[in-house]
Amino acid sequence: MSIATDIVIGPPDRPGAVLWLKKNLFSSWLNTLLTILSTAVIAFVVVGLGRWILFNADWSPVVQNLRLFAVGPYPVEQMWRIWAIVYMVSFLMGVSGGRWRGSVQTFALAMALAYTVLAILPISLEYLPLASRLRLLGNVLAAGLGYLLGRRVAIKGRWLALAWALSFALTLLLLGGLRNAAVAPYLPFVESGRWGGLLLTFLLALVGIVASFPIGVLLALGRQSSLPVVKGMCIIFIETVRGVPLVTILFMTSILLPLFLPPEVRIDRVLRAMLGMTLFAAAYMAENVRGGLQSIPSGQVEAAKAMGLNGWQTMLLIVLPQALRVVIPAIVGQFIALFMDTTLAIIVGLLELLAIGRAIINSNPQWLLLDMEVYGFIALIFWVFTFSMAYASRRIETAVGLGKR
Amino acid sequence: MTTSSSSLPRFLTRKGVPLWRDVVALQWVAQIVSAIMVLGFLWFFISNVLQAAEARGLGLGLGFLRGAAGFPIAESVVPYDPSRTFGYALWVGFLNTLKVSVVGIVLATFLGLGAALARLSPNWLVSNIAGLYINIIRNIPLLVQLFIWYFAVFQKLPPVQEALTLPGPVYISQRGLFMVGPQPTETFGAWLLFVAVGLVLGYLLNRSLLNYQVRTGRSTYPLLIGLLALVGVPLLGWFLVGAAPMQLTTPELARFNFEGGMRLTPEFAALLVGLVVYTGAFIAEVMRAGILAVQKGQVEAAKSLGLNAFQTLRLVVLPLALRVIIPPLISQYLNLTKNSSLAIVIGYADLFFVGRTIINQAGQAVPVFLLIMAIYLALSLLTSAVLNVYNRRVQLVER
Repeated sequence: MSIATDIVIGPPDRPGAVLWLKKNLFSSWLNTLLTILSTAVIAFVVVGLGRWILFNADWSPVVQNLRLFAVGPYPVEQMWRIWAIVYMVSFLMGVSGGRWRGSVQTFALAMALAYTVLAILPISLEYLPLASRLRLLGNVLAAGLGYLLGRRVAIKGRWLALAWALSFALTLLLLGGLRNAAVAPYLPFVESGRWGGLLLTFLLALVGIVASFPIGVLLALGRQSSLPVVKGMCIIFIETVRGVPLVTILFMTSILLPLFLPPEVRIDRVLRAMLGMTLFAAAYMAENVRGGLQSIPSGQVEAAKAMGLNGWQTMLLIVLPQALRVVIPAIVGQFIALFMDTTLAIIVGLLELLAIGRAIINSNPQWLLLDMEVYGFIALIFWVFTFSMAYASRRIETAVGLGKR
Repeated sequence: MTTSSSSLPRFLTRKGVPLWRDVVALQWVAQIVSAIMVLGFLWFFISNVLQAAEARGLGLGLGFLRGAAGFPIAESVVPYDPSRTFGYALWVGFLNTLKVSVVGIVLATFLGLGAALARLSPNWLVSNIAGLYINIIRNIPLLVQLFIWYFAVFQKLPPVQEALTLPGPVYISQRGLFMVGPQPTETFGAWLLFVAVGLVLGYLLNRSLLNYQVRTGRSTYPLLIGLLALVGVPLLGWFLVGAAPMQLTTPELARFNFEGGMRLTPEFAALLVGLVVYTGAFIAEVMRAGILAVQKGQVEAAKSLGLNAFQTLRLVVLPLALRVIIPPLISQYLNLTKNSSLAIVIGYADLFFVGRTIINQAGQAVPVFLLIMAIYLALSLLTSAVLNVYNRRVQLVER
């Protein structure tokens, strides 16, 4: 770090391009040297990367398998169910964007933009058929309609939140279908072994975070409790789970759980992985919620007591609503971390994004050496999602007004 | 109220309050009920395991650890061959976990510090390169990065005969990294004694001289003299033990592979690079926050007291920044240690990998797993306990 030593007397210079360059890049000889070095590094990386992406890389395993990356081995004749889910989410996203504006609107806009880019992607129609492109554009339309609805009609935020919760349940129903003979012709059962790709990645993270929320809140309350037995058990659970790697927990639920249950109880593999993710997420969720609980000033509890509320009422009506509001950004952060952690499901044999990538490489002898292309593409997918979610979470943080009170 | 309770039998009241309205009694009931529920679940699980174990003829004890392992382990810190026991194999795996974690923690700390300083640099380009590194690496799952490092980088290196040569010499090939390395000779053990003495002496000298300087205000150069002892004693020992305790060997290309020198297997190298690059980005953010948390006035005050730049950094900025840095840094170190279990996807023989192999060989899934989890848990708790003690010492300065 350099320190400005010369004292300038007189009116400050007007900010201009030259001045900016001088101040930020060439303020001292050391700085100038650093600038030259960094420019060389950047040029080297950009030229190398650009040449590789445009000329040397063989993108055929990526381009020819877009559907596998998206949904894995989901039955092709049942793809309409996936599209229905995507339509539903697009529409709700549009409505939410219109209703809540702000960062949600930005997010909805980015989503519509992504659909459009995908729809006009310059690759052969053989690999991304016209029907899929039209459906993608249809999603832009759905989001647009939703947006207009959200802007024009005054929808209560609570109803919208309920709609999101319902859509989650509907998603699970649509994906899995039913074993019931009456509906089987229309909505046949798709075993969870056929769920895969980005779909499964999202599903694992979503189920993990949603299911871990109530458990995490209970654990956090238990840890704060004045009952030593309850408190002790909660601490043991939280610290044990946080002290071991996620892989061991996934193994525990995937391989050991069947031993721990009576032989007639069979839980399928995806569900066992979800259970592992949930237990893991719950321990971290508990610590996040505990942070929120501790941030509530004791005056709130005292005021509630003075109003004549009992313990449960104080907790449910006064403390928790405020505490949970504070931890929203932390929960979003945890969701992002969990989203990235879903890749570990490959180790217990699930076909999530990374496993699909590996399967694709091994499926064709000509692709055996194309690891960089396939895994690089997967890295890009993850980066796009996590970076945009992190961006949205920072916006939410300012919207919730953390640090302002 | 009082009339109704006074008519109750005596054993249903406490101090005139009926038990179902008595907070203390209710709390006891809640505790007992929850304890029974948890114990009931545990009992259910354990009885099922016992049944399953009996049905499949599996033992649940740890006695099998004394059986012969019978499988090879690719790399090991201590001598190992398949005739050793399962328990010893697990120990080898544990040492490998420790090796990659310790080396990874040291390197990641330096990388993180470098990236944090670059991020804070007044140079716009340098700062943004560091920002780019941090934002890209933090938003890609570690496992994907490990896949890229191992499958797309280290496995795509040229074969041994066409190894890339860097000055040093360092040879890089599919078989790993070969470089000049020290090889201990017979006098190594004796020399190690001198190193230990130097360490202790240096530390004690530094402490006592610093105390003396603080007490009397006389300049005693504690750092200089401490370092002198630290380096001087082992140096003296080097010549006193007779033959040189270590000698450098250079890798030479033999028929199939390099021989001599120091070798990093591609598995170890990929895991190490992956962990260091990933954790370094997180540590950079931790360090940056810590350095930014030191108020400008502190530096200005130090300068006005006549401390030079190095003294300002060592005596004022670092102690203040460390207070903020240490707690999140601890959790990053623990994360790195736990993340090293991902070694299983690239076949580095760490604790988890060896445990998995033992399960495949001996079929003792339950005890092996509980043992592995217990070891990780102990490692986590131990690290955080040690660092928490240190943290408390740093924090004590608080007003």
